[in-house]
Amino acid sequence: MNKPAIPNSFRTGPDEQGMFGIFGGRFVAETLMPLILDLERHWNEVKDDGDFKAELTDLSTHYAGRPSKLYFAEGLTRHLREVSAAKGLGGGAKVYFKREDLNHTGSHKINNCLGQILLAKRMGKKRIIAETGAGQHGVASATVAARFGFPCVVYMGATDVARQSPNVFRMKLLGAEVRPVTAGHGTLKDAMNEALRDWVTNVEDTYYLIGTAAGPHPYPELVRDFQSVIGIEARAQILEQEGRLPDTIIAAVGGGSNAIGLFHPFLDDRSVKIIGIEAGGRGLDGIEHCASMNAGAPGVLHGNRTYLLQNADGQIMDGHSISAGLDYPGVGPEHSWLRDSGRVDYVPVLDDEALEAFQLTTRVEGIIPALESAHAIAHAVKIVPAMDKDQIVIVNLSGRGDKDVHTVANMLGMEI
Amino acid sequence: MTTRIDRRMAKLKAEGRPALVTYFMGGDPDYDTSLSIMKALPGAGSDIIELGMPFSDPMADGPAIQAAGLRALKGGQTLVKTLKMASEFRATDNETPIVLMGYYNPIYIHGVDRFLGDALASGIDGLIVVDLPPEMDEELCIPALRAGINFIRLATPTTDDKRLPKVLQNTSGFVYYVSMTGITGSALADTGKVAAAVGRIKGHTDLPVCVGFGVKTAEQARIIGASADGVVVGTAIVNAVANVLGPKGEKTADPAEAVATLVSGLSQGVRAARLAAAE
Repeated sequence: MNKPAIPNSFRTGPDEQGMFGIFGGRFVAETLMPLILDLERHWNEVKDDGDFKAELTDLSTHYAGRPSKLYFAEGLTRHLREVSAAKGLGGGAKVYFKREDLNHTGSHKINNCLGQILLAKRMGKKRIIAETGAGQHGVASATVAARFGFPCVVYMGATDVARQSPNVFRMKLLGAEVRPVTAGHGTLKDAMNEALRDWVTNVEDTYYLIGTAAGPHPYPELVRDFQSVIGIEARAQILEQEGRLPDTIIAAVGGGSNAIGLFHPFLDDRSVKIIGIEAGGRGLDGIEHCASMNAGAPGVLHGNRTYLLQNADGQIMDGHSISAGLDYPGVGPEHSWLRDSGRVDYVPVLDDEALEAFQLTTRVEGIIPALESAHAIAHAVKIVPAMDKDQIVIVNLSGRGDKDVHTVANMLGMEI
Repeated sequence: MTTRIDRRMAKLKAEGRPALVTYFMGGDPDYDTSLSIMKALPGAGSDIIELGMPFSDPMADGPAIQAAGLRALKGGQTLVKTLKMASEFRATDNETPIVLMGYYNPIYIHGVDRFLGDALASGIDGLIVVDLPPEMDEELCIPALRAGINFIRLATPTTDDKRLPKVLQNTSGFVYYVSMTGITGSALADTGKVAAAVGRIKGHTDLPVCVGFGVKTAEQARIIGASADGVVVGTAIVNAVANVLGPKGEKTADPAEAVATLVSGLSQGVRAARLAAAE
């Protein structure tokens, strides 16, 4: 890929066609096109509307529990300084966690769902559909649907239904109907196909609540804007707590909504190094990973052009990750653009490394992180010992790991 | 510049009957069988052939066409093989129009310019690419038109009068009216509504209007054909193939013969359409 010229600002996308450079766009069937244009019209109306913002802020504060804390992870910092000392480096940056795991429903997903449910309400829609991988977005969608009295159908790959059973039960308790999808490998990609099929069939009354910053324009933009509260808060909090910007910020990237939410407000702070973590699965040599930006190529799927895992014939591959939330063969289009423009580095972390970080964080911090977030922590574990003690790293702790205890127990060969 | 599609449509108009447009999945269940199906279509009464290009994630298709695409991919079908199939067909039939139908990614990965060159060389006359709405015309539609390949657009019940001109603007060959919102293979929409929609589209264009999604029987083909310039049948044909495959994909009867029998019946429905309308 040719590197695009470095822009004056990295925060101006997308353009009117919904493009971030060559990425993004509106690659959907004609049936959906009028709906997407209608969504864009409503989105443009509300995004600068004071009443809409006030309602969202009120819910974010009193219902979701924002602002989420920026927590100095003293235990992990101490541990990594010991590692640094043992290597004779004598360093170890200060590690902060942005505590999205403390939000209502246990992850960053609620930020986007609250914004979109208010949009659905304004548009006069009567029914909510959503896709989910780990079940975090499904739970958040079912939650806001319950709160606002919408019927809700969640599409979830059959494999994910099996490995995330606690979340399936939560969705059912919240009144949502969970429809398992058996096509393909039965993961997030297949759930998204099925949600799109539902939408194409029920165009009149249905709002598609996409869970990540991907899909046809304007979804990547609106999901990013709803998630940017993470980075806006983190930026203000670190200035307040440390009196300066961080040196490095890290977040895990599946579709990439928690990452773009953290990254976007920092994109024009050129001193801040930004790192996105892809699921390296069992390694990038084979096909058992989900590192679309490290091992894939640009292509068109689910309404947008972006980096995808695909074969030479343009057929999409299934990929693999220990983390259901990262088990997706694509990525949001803005990440693809940030990759090619060189502003953000995207690096893979393996299943085993994430599993180790999961256990380490639990032990030294008393925090059980989601396996998705554990990927981001695993990268911090790698780089922090080689950094100086006066440096600062923020890791997005995008969700809590209660949902993953069965998976982890299995991986560790334990029975619970 | 006229294409085989333009010439075929003009001929049928002169004959006073609608076209039977038949969709089948290229490579389902394997290359050779699929080619034999394709070769059997014109003799059975198909006027225009839609050659399906399999895609791993066909988000606008129902279970039948999804399954057919997966069978084809499992059987080793690729875009290159689908084009080869078209050129082998062309060696025996230089008249029946071929429309390639599928999704954009395999074309994008092949390279748009290279694809258009290969498609022309293989005797392809038109393209239907489900996930390229008019907003994305620069990607493939404009280059295809420049290369002399028809770009056939789908119009749907959600395409209102305000949007219709945009949808029709770069459409050529014919307009494919999707008779309902939904995926392929769903139940047929109210035929009265379909006739009204065809009339609405004809108010905006001189192009022939073919109607698809939900047509399964000769009787339905006859009713739709009374108002439309063509009737598209897809899922029923794909099912005819699936019905002669055993649990392990083995053939229990000749798929080409099964498809030909179905298409012959549909063809009679189409040929009776205007007679019925005239009564």
